[in-house]
Amino acid sequence: MQIYLPIAELPISILMVLGLSGAVGFISGLFGVGGGFLLTPLLIFLDIPPAVAVATVAAQVAGSSTTGVLTYWRRRALDFKLGGVLVAGGILGTVLGVLFFNLMRRLGQLELVITLSYVTLFTIIGGLMLYDALRAMWRVRAGRPARLRRRAGTHPWWMGLPLRMRFYRSQLYASVIPIALLAIVIGFIGAVLGVGGGFILVPALIYFFRIPTAVVVGTSLFQILVTMTGATILHALTNQSVDLILAVFLLLGGVIGAQFGGRAARNLNVESFRLLLALLILSVGLRFAIELFIAPTEPFSVIVTEGIR
Amino acid sequence: MRRSLAILLLATLAVLTAASARAETLIAAMSSHQIQINSNYTGDQLTVFGLVERDGRSAARGDPYDIIVTVRGPRRMLLVREKERLGPIWINRTQRRFPDNSIFLAVASNRPLNEIMSEETARRERIGLENAQRLPDPGLDFGRTTARFKDGMIRLLEEKGLYSQEARGVTFLSNTLFSAPIPVPATAPTGSYEIDIVLYAGGVPLARQSTNFEVVKSGIEQRLASGAYEHSLLYGLATVALALFFGWLSSVVFRKD
Repeated sequence: MQIYLPIAELPISILMVLGLSGAVGFISGLFGVGGGFLLTPLLIFLDIPPAVAVATVAAQVAGSSTTGVLTYWRRRALDFKLGGVLVAGGILGTVLGVLFFNLMRRLGQLELVITLSYVTLFTIIGGLMLYDALRAMWRVRAGRPARLRRRAGTHPWWMGLPLRMRFYRSQLYASVIPIALLAIVIGFIGAVLGVGGGFILVPALIYFFRIPTAVVVGTSLFQILVTMTGATILHALTNQSVDLILAVFLLLGGVIGAQFGGRAARNLNVESFRLLLALLILSVGLRFAIELFIAPTEPFSVIVTEGIR
Repeated sequence: MRRSLAILLLATLAVLTAASARAETLIAAMSSHQIQINSNYTGDQLTVFGLVERDGRSAARGDPYDIIVTVRGPRRMLLVREKERLGPIWINRTQRRFPDNSIFLAVASNRPLNEIMSEETARRERIGLENAQRLPDPGLDFGRTTARFKDGMIRLLEEKGLYSQEARGVTFLSNTLFSAPIPVPATAPTGSYEIDIVLYAGGVPLARQSTNFEVVKSGIEQRLASGAYEHSLLYGLATVALALFFGWLSSVVFRKD
């Protein structure tokens, strides 16, 4: 069954959209990432104009993260204080990212920047996470504890910088400076790549600040919810590229998928959780690398740069 | 119904224009002048009907009639890029802009274009996918590179079904009456479309006629699209409200623990 999308201006199969958004929603609920980095390229692959894909996925991510936020909030695994710091930094980063985005577009190198960033970011982060997850698994097999426990009184130097704050939920007492910097970087990357940034935020909070995984996922979803709500409104205001009908079907599949993902996450142990997330991120990076390194069968591409309405 | 109505219209037009001074006149009618996009729209098809009116006093021609129908869709600025090798990676390096370029183009004729006219005539008369576009500014360099980009663009748009050339797209129902179906794919843009119909005999244009149709959104599609433009903030807020509602609803529906 096909339905015509009024803003994307093409018909699309309802079953395919529901299937795609359901699968991405499952992954989103499982890992506490927005899933935008998977859904946006998939929609573009289905011929949906990139601007419409990015803007509509923002709405879908807002919806599916709401479900997650409510679930983690009820389980008391959400740190609003940490979330607030992340949102504040994220807004600053987003503004810088949008400025950079427009500069690159003027220089005509936007596409290269996006592809290169996807490749480097995803392969490096995915590779590091994979290495770490495998090392932890070897440790378990050798009968040692999965990771070196954080001992009282010892912490990485960046936590000891000035402006220390206590985040009770996250069991964290650390300087705000590195947290805000992290949020700025993620806001920047998110604006340039059109992704929420959860896939960077989650591992960064786990590795650099040793915050419990459940709280990290809940808080990351909260940060994603706030930024994606803002992004949807901004996209609707500035380039009218949010497709409401597409959003409804993405939401329908996404929220249901996210529910099952959230349930599955509880039956998954921490080590395999990290291994799977690492493999997922790494494979997206490799997919973009293939595009960059393999000779294209069709060297030309056509874009409609200016609409007359 | 539509078809018989169009033929009736043709007959009326034929009577009205019979007194024209030229030897051949072309009369054309469309099965419809509007394509409406609703929520189950997956493309549509229009038919152009035409009649060649001959002045009884002029001598009969030796050459058969040929009809070429060219449909030009709304114009946009197109950017064509080419990937080139830079060290180990492939990136878009060169690009060409095609301003004011139709993104829908359909050329239909009753037999292959090269049998109807020479390549030079086709260029001059703007017949065929390569020639149908408005010519670029004389000041612009229209070298071999640009031609390569243009070929690439035509190939890509043909793959998307937006450009088409049908060598048997026009059917003569009698010696003078013809019809040409014009398929409009679902991805064809909204806006106005111009149809040029030219009558040839022996490679010489005898008469031409033009008509038009438009592709518009209707019903909910139209309301949503205009809402997105005219009430952007409201539209954005409504989308967000819907998203949050869906998220909340699902957490309530699935809440078991």
